[in-house]
Amino acid sequence: MSEKIKIDFEKTVKMSNFSEKELNTKKFHLNKFIESGFPNRKLENWKFIDLSKIIRENIEDLSFYNDQSITNSIDTSSLIDGLEHNKIIFINGRIEKIDFSYEDKNQIEIYDDVLINDSFENSNSLINLNNAFRNKYYKILVKKNYSIKKPLIIYHFANEKINSKNINLRLDFELEQNSSLKLIDYFSDKTVKNFTNIVYNFDLKTYSILKNFKIDKSSNKNFRYSFNNIEQEKNSISETFILSSGSNYFKNEINCNLKGEYSSAFVNGIFSLRDGQQHEIRTTINHLVENTKSYQLIKSVLGKNTKAAYQGRIYVDSKAQKTDGYQLSKAILLDESSEFNAKPELEIYADDVKCSHGSASGSLNENSIFYLMSRGLNYKQAKELLINGFLLDVIEKITDSEIKNLIKNMIGLKE
Amino acid sequence: MDTREKDIENLKDYKYGFSTDIENIRAPKGLNEDVIKFISNIKKEPKWMLEFRLKAYERFKLLKEPDWQKPKFPKIDYQDLYYYSAPKSMKDKPKSLDELDPKLLETYKKLGIPLQEQARLNGIAVDAVFDSVSVATTFKGELTKHGIIFCSMSEAIQKHPDLVKKYLGTVIPTTDHFFATLNSAVFTDGSFVYIPEGVRCPMELSTYFRINASETGQFERTLIIADKGSYVSYLEGCTAPMRDENQLHAANVELIALDDAEIKYSTVQNWYPGDENGKGGIYNFVTKRGLCKGKNSKISWTQVETGSAITWKYPSCILRGDNSIGEFYSIAITNNHQKADTGTKMIHLGKNTKSKIISKGISAGFSDMTYRGLVDINSKAKNSSNYTQCDSLLMGNRCGAHTVPYIKNKNFDSNIAHEATTSKISEEQLHYCQQRGLNAEEAVGLIVNGFCKEVLQQLPMEFAVEAQKLVGISLEGSVG
Repeated sequence: MSEKIKIDFEKTVKMSNFSEKELNTKKFHLNKFIESGFPNRKLENWKFIDLSKIIRENIEDLSFYNDQSITNSIDTSSLIDGLEHNKIIFINGRIEKIDFSYEDKNQIEIYDDVLINDSFENSNSLINLNNAFRNKYYKILVKKNYSIKKPLIIYHFANEKINSKNINLRLDFELEQNSSLKLIDYFSDKTVKNFTNIVYNFDLKTYSILKNFKIDKSSNKNFRYSFNNIEQEKNSISETFILSSGSNYFKNEINCNLKGEYSSAFVNGIFSLRDGQQHEIRTTINHLVENTKSYQLIKSVLGKNTKAAYQGRIYVDSKAQKTDGYQLSKAILLDESSEFNAKPELEIYADDVKCSHGSASGSLNENSIFYLMSRGLNYKQAKELLINGFLLDVIEKITDSEIKNLIKNMIGLKE
Repeated sequence: MDTREKDIENLKDYKYGFSTDIENIRAPKGLNEDVIKFISNIKKEPKWMLEFRLKAYERFKLLKEPDWQKPKFPKIDYQDLYYYSAPKSMKDKPKSLDELDPKLLETYKKLGIPLQEQARLNGIAVDAVFDSVSVATTFKGELTKHGIIFCSMSEAIQKHPDLVKKYLGTVIPTTDHFFATLNSAVFTDGSFVYIPEGVRCPMELSTYFRINASETGQFERTLIIADKGSYVSYLEGCTAPMRDENQLHAANVELIALDDAEIKYSTVQNWYPGDENGKGGIYNFVTKRGLCKGKNSKISWTQVETGSAITWKYPSCILRGDNSIGEFYSIAITNNHQKADTGTKMIHLGKNTKSKIISKGISAGFSDMTYRGLVDINSKAKNSSNYTQCDSLLMGNRCGAHTVPYIKNKNFDSNIAHEATTSKISEEQLHYCQQRGLNAEEAVGLIVNGFCKEVLQQLPMEFAVEAQKLVGISLEGSVG
């Protein structure tokens, strides 16, 4: 693989004009990636689902080179209906459109040449890969006291032109004091065997609010990795919702540093898997100062041959007294061949804290099904009703009613 | 001064910290084939046993010391240890207690374990292990009547080679992890228990481990076999003298329960924990594993871990037989600079298997405590269930408490529930107790004992009292 990747790297470099400094950084990251390769199960964080193996078995001839010179036409029919929104559209990893038409132009700034800042604590070889190959990289800044009026939807589209390709994306967001942003990541494509690697970095200043929704709904045969790094200052709030359902393989990683007092982080996730899918959510919440709060709720419904993993870690620094941390993961296994793995981890160095976690997994309760059937539902309906109720719990945690309804409609849940 | 206070006064310092001046026979320093042959030779072992050891040693040479654990420790130089040390007077094993070196008897008396049978009123049979050898086993006559074999491992290898050969290494094979393999190569002594079919062992069996010599590693091996329909309750206690250096203790314990058998294994571990500044103390790296081989069998581990500089162990159950049950009850207390990384593994292979884990961790001072556990339900383990509860209590903000559970469910008929909390003693509770006339320390003692109650209840009577005291003592000076 290392020969191939070097050739692809040369091609990529030729296409763009990087400065000497940028090029050196890229080469550094490239070498780091070549050294460690795709993460495999020998690494603690990847022990449940082995990406290296998945890529080896599914994508024979992965190409890292991505021709960014051709523009792609936007298929407007695949845009989300019934919700006014701003958009950024990626097609095959290339930004085709940035549209903030609902917003005050002076209040949002978009930069496209920012110095690479990669001091993530939880670095891994995929972030190196991203650094080496991503092309352009945007930073979106929401100015002080400005609340975005309509949600921003980032579309991740791909068309039939790409196959067995690795796409690397990177976006940075900065929310200035007292600003807010609603962000939806929407994954929709029908392509096969591509590996997308997305890195976001969020910088939340005091009193800012971030709501991020990741929606992977339409079924496709791709492999995705997403890494969100969130830095939070005083009184800021972040809310992340993950619907993990469409792709063949999807791993969402969230690293959140609660650096300011009274900051809070919420992570809610749903796995709804069928036919051999393998998905994972891994969270690391670092409580670094006093009076911070985190809440995580992950629910899974697992069909045939599927595998889901949840690794949640709460770290409480010795300075972080009065921390409130909570973690709950629940799974319903629908088939003999489904598998659920959890590793809810607490690492605590302060004594005046309230931290707890819970994890439960099992099959649907036969008594509940019997009860519903005695009321006239058939077996299938009873099962569906129970599953919907189980998942609705997570969706009800969404604090934005417009987006909550959008997501409910998408997965066919009604009030 | 009432008796409780006196007890605490007596125990405030590590009262087992004395050492006995006794002449020793040692193997040459270091680890190599010759040392293994020396051990095997001095114990007059049959050839198959030596082969077992050498096979393990071959494997050991290929292994690297694991480093994934939470408590880090300076590298151990395995060539700088004595792998065999025995009191000289044990060279020709005394036939009865009357012939035993009076110094040894005195040592055990000081430890509160009188070996003279007439002195025992509470009817516990004891096997005392001093450094590398078993020095005495009591109540042999009574046990033989029931057909129970309770003797030292060396004796079992001589007298019951068939049983040892059949079961040794079946739960912890010679190809296991680093410390277990090291033990397989150099183990010196330990206890052997065989309970015949249908026998309910009339008394508690107990082993008392004592490390005396310096620069010595203790590697004992215990094997307990409960044949069909039998029951045994086994206790284990440990102490060591205070020394500045760290000493290694790497034992292997194998339990095998056949159809309808039940084994209850309790440990009160009080190895020397090092001084206030974290100097010295025992490295307690023990492999304990039980196999529920037969149908309806049950293995229950109870541990009270208060000693050792570093405790690193995971008493585990492999639930192979259908309807078998595994239980794990643990209290782990760390104070000063002690560190612990402990928990359990429950591996469900058979149908309708059940497991229960109750773990209570208390950390104070500068200590660090980790609960690490695995619950693995195999795809064939239909209708299995697990319940896990692990609670941690923190005292002061210089200590740490961590929970790292691994939960794997591959069976849709099975249920796993896991709960964990971390908290400190609430001001309200303390206030309430103090209002009723308890001082701060007593109040903490009371609350901590309540916190641990679920586990303490599982211990046999005599141990429960001792453990309760230990819990109080281990936390001395951590309040306020």
